[in-house]
Amino acid sequence: MLATRSIKTDAKVAAIDLAIRMIDLTTLEGADTPGKVRALCAKALHPDPGAPDAPRPAAICVYGDLVAEAKAALGDFGVHVAAVATAFPSGRASLDVKLADVAYAVAAGADEIDMVIDRGAFLAGRYRAVFDEIVAVKAACARSAAAGGGSAHLKVILETGELSTYDNVRRASWLAMLAGADFIKTSTGKVSVNATLPVTLVMLQAVRDFREATGRQVGVKPAGGIRTTKDAMKYLVLVNETVGTDWLDPDWFRLGASSLLNDLLMQRQKLATGRYSGPDYVTVD
Amino acid sequence: MGNPFEYAPAPESRAIVDIAPAYGLFIDGKFADAADGGRLKTVNPATEEVLAEIAIGGEADVDRAVKAARKAFKSWSALPGAERAKYLFRIARLIQEHGRELAVLESIDNGKPIRESRDVDIPLVAAHFFHYAGWADKLGHAGFGPDPKPIGVAGQVIPWNFPLLMLAWKVAPALAGGNTVVLKPAETTPLTALRFAEICVEAGLPDGVLNIVTGAGETGRALIAHPDVDKVAFTGSTAVGKEIARTIAGTRKRVTLELGGKAANIVYDDAAIDSAVDGIVEGIFFNGGQVCCAGSRLLVQESVADELLASLTRRIKTLRVGDPLDKNTDVGAINSAAQLSRIRELVTAGEAEGAERWSLAGELPGKGFWFPPTVFTGVTQAHRIARDEIFGPVLTVQTFRTPAEAVEKANNTAYGLSAGVWTEKGAKALWTAQRLRAGVVWTNTFNKFDPSSPFGGFKESGFGREGGRHGLEAYLDV
Repeated sequence: MLATRSIKTDAKVAAIDLAIRMIDLTTLEGADTPGKVRALCAKALHPDPGAPDAPRPAAICVYGDLVAEAKAALGDFGVHVAAVATAFPSGRASLDVKLADVAYAVAAGADEIDMVIDRGAFLAGRYRAVFDEIVAVKAACARSAAAGGGSAHLKVILETGELSTYDNVRRASWLAMLAGADFIKTSTGKVSVNATLPVTLVMLQAVRDFREATGRQVGVKPAGGIRTTKDAMKYLVLVNETVGTDWLDPDWFRLGASSLLNDLLMQRQKLATGRYSGPDYVTVD
Repeated sequence: MGNPFEYAPAPESRAIVDIAPAYGLFIDGKFADAADGGRLKTVNPATEEVLAEIAIGGEADVDRAVKAARKAFKSWSALPGAERAKYLFRIARLIQEHGRELAVLESIDNGKPIRESRDVDIPLVAAHFFHYAGWADKLGHAGFGPDPKPIGVAGQVIPWNFPLLMLAWKVAPALAGGNTVVLKPAETTPLTALRFAEICVEAGLPDGVLNIVTGAGETGRALIAHPDVDKVAFTGSTAVGKEIARTIAGTRKRVTLELGGKAANIVYDDAAIDSAVDGIVEGIFFNGGQVCCAGSRLLVQESVADELLASLTRRIKTLRVGDPLDKNTDVGAINSAAQLSRIRELVTAGEAEGAERWSLAGELPGKGFWFPPTVFTGVTQAHRIARDEIFGPVLTVQTFRTPAEAVEKANNTAYGLSAGVWTEKGAKALWTAQRLRAGVVWTNTFNKFDPSSPFGGFKESGFGREGGRHGLEAYLDV
């Protein structure tokens, strides 16, 4: 029954701006360079040079070695830096290496850590190992007192495309939340099946039930394959109708995406000017 | 700026349909007024606007229609099956081509949400014609002997809840088998049947093979009592079904009856709760519960009852009741004032008998026939709302402790059309399904229909099967 809901005109402007503010603008390529990251950061700070009122995305998402570059480029404008870690995307490394990966990114100033769970352990039924690893990573997210203390926000990537069943998605969601995840995230974007609406629905139901049971609210981040404004609207409707307005905020719902931002901006321009925009009227960075 | 999550209306355009001010009867390939000129009005149940005047067929009209069908039977039944199939395939394709128009027309006349008429009713109508078109030249392989013969003239009376779909269930197998048809649509929802008649003309169906005689109860009685009708098929209330059975007792007429229901939807403690909640919603609020196989009795294992009911209430609060043509609408209008008053009467009885009522809050449209999604808890088998078919968006909730108790309560009804079972254990699902006295048992789903799957009832839900190979049997001399 979901997803047949219409959002139009003024309300659509509000929904588009909300979706933009929920984006983790992402570049996760082997070919990423400091220059590429600086360009992406500039895009985050000035999403639409022709429309200074266009909101900024929530965060930039990069590999850990580029955190310092991103941090420097973003300054104090409130756009976070998220780093993927724990031998992203496969998660196939020793725990020591994974923790070092996390510690490096946190030390470099990452505000958020996007870790991957050990799908091999999960699929082999070694849930305890998965749980313990998340607990250890959560501990490694702590910042030194010199860096201001506190802790980087931990997003736990379940890689739902590899877990394959809804039962597994639900189980992995609970495992991650019990182990201390601040967010649960669908995918790395590096496997053939990434975020889908049904999988996101299961995860939303899990965070809703988890809050009812424990009182603690956990965020949700679908990532990978969300490219159009229409896709983003479907996700927002799903959030609204499953968990309600408490989650309709960048603190509690994110969209991991790279090309989505420009589609949202084109729709935004169309609504502002009444004319269809085109790819040459949004900046590619 | 507006709040995006109040959602904007997205109404389907009415411009696609062209409703005439008045319709005649479709007999022998032509539209003509009723002999005595009688008329009734069909209204849009969402607005009470009069849509059109419809001819009331009397005995003389029914006789003319049956004669036309008898005359056409000779050549239609003599056609090779492959030739009959061509007409049926053509009709199926035309239904698809006119799909949007038929969906809008159905929603206007019946009150059901456009999402249902567009995504469920009309696609299933086309699917039924495609399915039976495929059977027309394979009747010798259907398991009823090498060369089964048609029965003759079929008199068919259909209800208002799925007007065109019920027509398809009846007309497609009848024509595939080589029979000819006189069909009486329900008096509150005749428009899609009349549009279907035009589609048959467009498809070149020979005159007299399909005749449509509109009217109310008297017209239906005349059709069923007509001496030259060989086969009677009826979908509707159990009371009328009993009357039909009495009428044809002692005649040569064959009959299939698809009547009421009071389906149990059993949720075990190991069910996936969120899936079950969606299935319960689908089971009782699809078409506003005006479904003979609606999952109107929720039987939930006591150990998960509180959790399930909390989830169910939360889910129902996201339902949107209103304009049937709005694509955002989940629950549309009640089909008629008469049906609405029946729902109200039973709901009042439920309250008086001490069950606890919860209804979805929110304003209903001022005009038209509306009833909010409603759940009764604290219901027992003794309550009228647990025994009588309400035929509206009203769910009764009872609890059970053991599988045996669930089955006993589920079967403790005069009906036996459908049932649902929700459990993650396959063995338990099968154990339960084997013991349920119901024609259809859905496991971990509800209201799933397919033209290849037979549908029909036990006990007072009727007899005979419609759909699939089994559905052919009623239209073949076997």
